[in-house]
Amino acid sequence: MEEDKITTASLPGEGKAPRDAYAGYIRRKRLVLVVLFVAVVGIAVFSMTMGSLQIAPLDVVRAVFGQGDVRTVAAVQNIRLPRVLTAIVAGVALALAGCAYQSVLRNPLASASTLGISQGAAFGASLAIIVFAGGAGASAAYEGISTADPVTTALFAFAGAMLSTVVILLLSRVREMTPESIVLLGVALSALFTAGTTIVQYFAEDSQVAAVVFWTFGDLGRVSRSQLAVMVLVTAVSAVFFFANRWAMNAIESGEGLAHSLGISVNGVRLANMLVASAAASTVIAFCGIVNFVGLVAPHVMRRVLGADYRFLLPASALAGAGMLLVSDILCHIVVAPLILPISAVTSFVGAPIFIYLLFRGVSR
Amino acid sequence: MLTACGLGFSYRTGTPVLRDVSIELSPGSFTAILGVNGCGKSTLLSCLMGLRKPDAGQVLLDGVPMGEVKRRARAQKVALVAQHSHANRLTVYDSVLVGRHPLMQGAPTEADHVVVRETLERLGLSAYSLRYADELSGGEYQKMVLARAFVQQAKTLLLDEPTNNLDPANQQEVMREVRREVDERGIAACAVMHDINLAIRYCDCFLFLKDGKVDAAGGRECVTSERIKRIYGMDADIIEHGGRPVVIPR
Repeated sequence: MEEDKITTASLPGEGKAPRDAYAGYIRRKRLVLVVLFVAVVGIAVFSMTMGSLQIAPLDVVRAVFGQGDVRTVAAVQNIRLPRVLTAIVAGVALALAGCAYQSVLRNPLASASTLGISQGAAFGASLAIIVFAGGAGASAAYEGISTADPVTTALFAFAGAMLSTVVILLLSRVREMTPESIVLLGVALSALFTAGTTIVQYFAEDSQVAAVVFWTFGDLGRVSRSQLAVMVLVTAVSAVFFFANRWAMNAIESGEGLAHSLGISVNGVRLANMLVASAAASTVIAFCGIVNFVGLVAPHVMRRVLGADYRFLLPASALAGAGMLLVSDILCHIVVAPLILPISAVTSFVGAPIFIYLLFRGVSR
Repeated sequence: MLTACGLGFSYRTGTPVLRDVSIELSPGSFTAILGVNGCGKSTLLSCLMGLRKPDAGQVLLDGVPMGEVKRRARAQKVALVAQHSHANRLTVYDSVLVGRHPLMQGAPTEADHVVVRETLERLGLSAYSLRYADELSGGEYQKMVLARAFVQQAKTLLLDEPTNNLDPANQQEVMREVRREVDERGIAACAVMHDINLAIRYCDCFLFLKDGKVDAAGGRECVTSERIKRIYGMDADIIEHGGRPVVIPR
């Protein structure tokens, strides 16, 4: 199996004709994608077997297609499948956005969290829950933000998330900014939004603050079918856009001077990718709440495994993000069952050790 | 053909970096731009490449002002070997394949792969083709950068200090490959350089810059002890060796 290890890409092809060696190398990368895809499907099926009603994997698959007894079909199609699909789509969107941010900003720390997008969303949700959905309805907010008009909350969260990106893009147009400055600007905006959220919460009732906190916990189960459809659409469009830019990303990976000389408008690619990535990440965060670390870690892990070729890094990151969110969702449900842990905390518990491990491996390398 | 006439350029500080600089890069010629650090060599190259807009004068690509040439069309005619490029986690093969970007319609075709394979073979990089670029030695990396510019198949090749940080053998090899490209494909090459002897050995045109102005432009006859003294403030003897002048600092 030594030849299947493509992380040590230096050796597999040496000694063969370059054409065959490269073809073999590409085949191995595709194999990794297939393995990832099968793993994501496997985890998704496993996830749907769990719950108060234990269902065998085969019955889950049959229930997905409407076969089997009514109770099983209802449990799978009405509750478990939407949650699993939400985890997959959210994981794909966040990982693709993280991958795009890290590419065009040439910064391994770039993600929705470091660019102020998550914090902007939290600020928007706080406004919606505390200021615009306050009053009588807010007293029931402990039970979840659904009583505080989820559509308004999602819209405000989306607006808050996009506000951060729009400010960054406008400022970078006014004065040409380096990728480093853009990331620093994102950090500053994060601080501003966090401060804004704190102030809004300071003047709120206890129940309203609790509602905001519950919103920021993140919840894959709160997404409705129509919201899931919107997430699927935005994620699909952004995936097509990123994949169309894969060669431009490969060129930028080798330096901005090179990308310019290859006829690529680096600033144009950067702005367009940031806008699309932010739209994808903001949509997910608006509907699901804060989901940490997926956008940061998934591209990092896949970069280690597959290298920085965006032809493969983009789909691999998407699959890794989906897998990571599915695993986190399973852990949410089993660690202290029957209680369900907040997804934002669990993704951090899953992602942070991986991230630290990668950092240490990077240091020793 | 790439030409520039009366170029002037200043950075934000207002100090002029280029003053009335003109240059013509003819097919089949290899021009060396020489001068002390900070005299405007790299700025001139980036103006020629269209990366910086000159304050005065203009750059013409095949008679068309550079500002009116579309990015992709420019990239099909002019290639750049930048002074700084980032070693990354792309394989050598894929890093070189990126050079075909201006000629690709979406995905690379078999013709693109043929050009990449031939270029890797020619530069002796085939054995490393599946190594990651950040695992290469300095010499191997610079040859990879050169290969990436070659597969662009542009008629003009601009190089910013292409032999920086290379050992003497690799310096010779890089310059030899550029010269070969000039002779075999009839391209125009132009390199910002510091090593005068390397320039004399491989280049046929010389442009000396001093304080942003052209001090001299022409063939090997430009390289004189007086000019070296004036440009670099350094005493040097010029002797004949192997049929060409050799500069020996005193």
